[in-house]
Amino acid sequence: MKAGIVPIHVWLPEAHPVAPSHISALMSGVMLKVALYGLIRFCFDLIDKVQWEWGVVLLIIGTVSALGGILYAMMQPNLKRLLAYSSVENIGIIFMVLGLAMIFLDNGHPDLAALGFLAALFHAFNHALFKNLLFLGAGMIQQQTHELNIDMLGGLIKKMPQTSMVFLVGCMSISSLPLFNGFVSEWLAFQTALQVDVLDNGVLRSLIPVSAAALALTAALAAACFVKVFGLTFLGVPRSRHSEKAHEVKDKGMLAATTLLASLCFLVGIFPSVIISLINRVSSQLLAHTLPNESVLSWLWIAPVSHEQASYSPPLVLSGALIAGCVCYWYLRRDPAKAIRIAPTWDCGFGGLTPRMQYTSSAFTMPIRRIFAKAWIIDEQVNKDMQGAMNQDVAAVHYALHIQDHSWPWLYQPLEREVNNLAKQVGRIQTGNIRTYLGYSFVTLLLLLWVIS
Amino acid sequence: MNWLIAILQTTLFVALAPLLAGWLKRCKCYLQNRKAPSVLQPYRDLLKLTNKQPVVSEQASWLFIKAPYIIFSATILAASVVPLIAVDLPTSASADVIVMVGFFAFARFFLALAGLDVGTAFGGMGSSREMTISSLAEPAMLMAVFTITMTASTTNLSWAISHVLEQGLVLRPSFVFALFALILVAVAETGRIPVDNPTTHLELTMIHEAMILEYSGRHLALIEWASQLKLMLYGVLIANIFLPWGIAQSFTPQALGYGLLAIIGKLAVLAIILAIAETLVAKMRLFRVQEYLGFAYLLGLLGMLSHIILEASR
Repeated sequence: MKAGIVPIHVWLPEAHPVAPSHISALMSGVMLKVALYGLIRFCFDLIDKVQWEWGVVLLIIGTVSALGGILYAMMQPNLKRLLAYSSVENIGIIFMVLGLAMIFLDNGHPDLAALGFLAALFHAFNHALFKNLLFLGAGMIQQQTHELNIDMLGGLIKKMPQTSMVFLVGCMSISSLPLFNGFVSEWLAFQTALQVDVLDNGVLRSLIPVSAAALALTAALAAACFVKVFGLTFLGVPRSRHSEKAHEVKDKGMLAATTLLASLCFLVGIFPSVIISLINRVSSQLLAHTLPNESVLSWLWIAPVSHEQASYSPPLVLSGALIAGCVCYWYLRRDPAKAIRIAPTWDCGFGGLTPRMQYTSSAFTMPIRRIFAKAWIIDEQVNKDMQGAMNQDVAAVHYALHIQDHSWPWLYQPLEREVNNLAKQVGRIQTGNIRTYLGYSFVTLLLLLWVIS
Repeated sequence: MNWLIAILQTTLFVALAPLLAGWLKRCKCYLQNRKAPSVLQPYRDLLKLTNKQPVVSEQASWLFIKAPYIIFSATILAASVVPLIAVDLPTSASADVIVMVGFFAFARFFLALAGLDVGTAFGGMGSSREMTISSLAEPAMLMAVFTITMTASTTNLSWAISHVLEQGLVLRPSFVFALFALILVAVAETGRIPVDNPTTHLELTMIHEAMILEYSGRHLALIEWASQLKLMLYGVLIANIFLPWGIAQSFTPQALGYGLLAIIGKLAVLAIILAIAETLVAKMRLFRVQEYLGFAYLLGLLGMLSHIILEASR
């Protein structure tokens, strides 16, 4: 529950956004990991031999949390609530991979278990990095614009260039794009899931790839979600007066902290083997096993199982990207006569583009809301104000959209009702009469005497 | 030497992509009783665009101007991973098929951001739709890819192709399912009919075109080229994984030339099939695409299950 697993996650998006941003950063980035630490200690250390059935339970819980977390996150217009929901998603991913590790461990493949364990811990580490970065970034936005509703922001990339740069790095890491740290741990998670062929159980062998596909869906939805966050917050035209008047953060410390986190995100994405070898030591202590072939793990390559199966070399990829980018940039920019011409945005010839015409958060997520409609309780209302002679002309249209978690009406409210009912039943014995209370004491006394005699 | 061939292969990829687009257009025109432009027309278009002065909106930020270069480089990197004429090249070892999907995600991320940057309704609409479709297509694609990688027990494309070559022509139900799933995903991801129409400029139907509406000049050229490259990439992926015969396994000039001829032939046939499909099928409504991609996912899942039930060694 402390980790914020669906369906008992609802306290998390309520609690985290209320705190000041640097505290929410710690809450999401570090405090959730305490629950994870407890789980790992309990399952891999205290219990002598963990059953693989528990691994399946963790895998399913993790899958539900990951998908649920990101779908709920997507619908939030409030930046910090969105980030809190996205923590639910990331914890779900970590649970999935831990479940895989347990399954492999109990089925006699401790080296693959070490791989899954590594992927889980690495993702926990990465999540701490980019979630802290994003929460701090949200704090900077809030301080400069007094606004957290992304429907009211926009165009901040020109007002706050440095903030936007570090926030972009955070968004790219959390969307698990190559060259950043989020991708490496997700890649390791996929590699773990793809090793299912060694298992004997046919059900497991078909269940795990399906959960891997769910992981792919989660990653893709996360990318869509953070395109929305960055696109609506920093790009486009300012949607409110506050965001129009925003300017760059003056405090050097704030910028330095986020820049440090952003560069860590990038560096860990390029040289993941440093962190991997650190975590490897943990898994050798806890599982008495490390990665299968430690020799293939160098600063240039990560090849968790063997070179024939899979390898990924971020430095080589980065150099390739730089070469490709520079060649086409240099080739196309060689002619100064073809400098860029600045012109107004094309408005279809009608004129008068306003910031209100831009896509909003609810507009951006509308296709996904329609496709996964069962995942939320959606209350969508369109009211028209009529006027004119026949009351036929539309004067104004009001649109209201409320999206609620399924957990509230299905889990929490029945629970609350039951607790209230129980309290009422208990209330019956409280008559307020002193003689009755003395009678209760007497009966209790008699009962206790009877018990001990 | 190996690196040289790898660079040569990537260059070939980039150079041949507009040719494939031109050939596809020619096939479509022929089927629709229209007069076809030359197959070299896409090259002329690209040249024309690079020689024009780009116009950029006053609302645009640096991201809008840099995005085409990022998109193009990410697509080139994805192309360098896929074996075109030869297997066992060093570039395909530096990244595997999951990283390739990651590069596509990278390019798409920036394309969608560029769509949102100018602050028009069109750009936002395109970005929103593109991200929706791709987030549904990605699990279907990975499901199909996982079927293949589990059969070959590697995620490295080059090794997977070698594995298929070693096995010879074996009819596997899992591969048939995976092939169809991958074809459906490829059509969705490259924005062809019935998911998106690359030639439309009608507001209600466009997806990819809506995002790049504000681009012009060399920026537009790069984005167009990247999308042609992506089309070719999917074609090569389908051709070389499922029918890898002809690809060079040694680096002699003979084998490489033979590999080049083989892949050109395979792509030409694939393009004809795509042209026929595009001529026969009408474009779908946006909210039917989920069913289409759900079907692709189901095919991938069936392929996976049939691999596990029928083909796994134990």
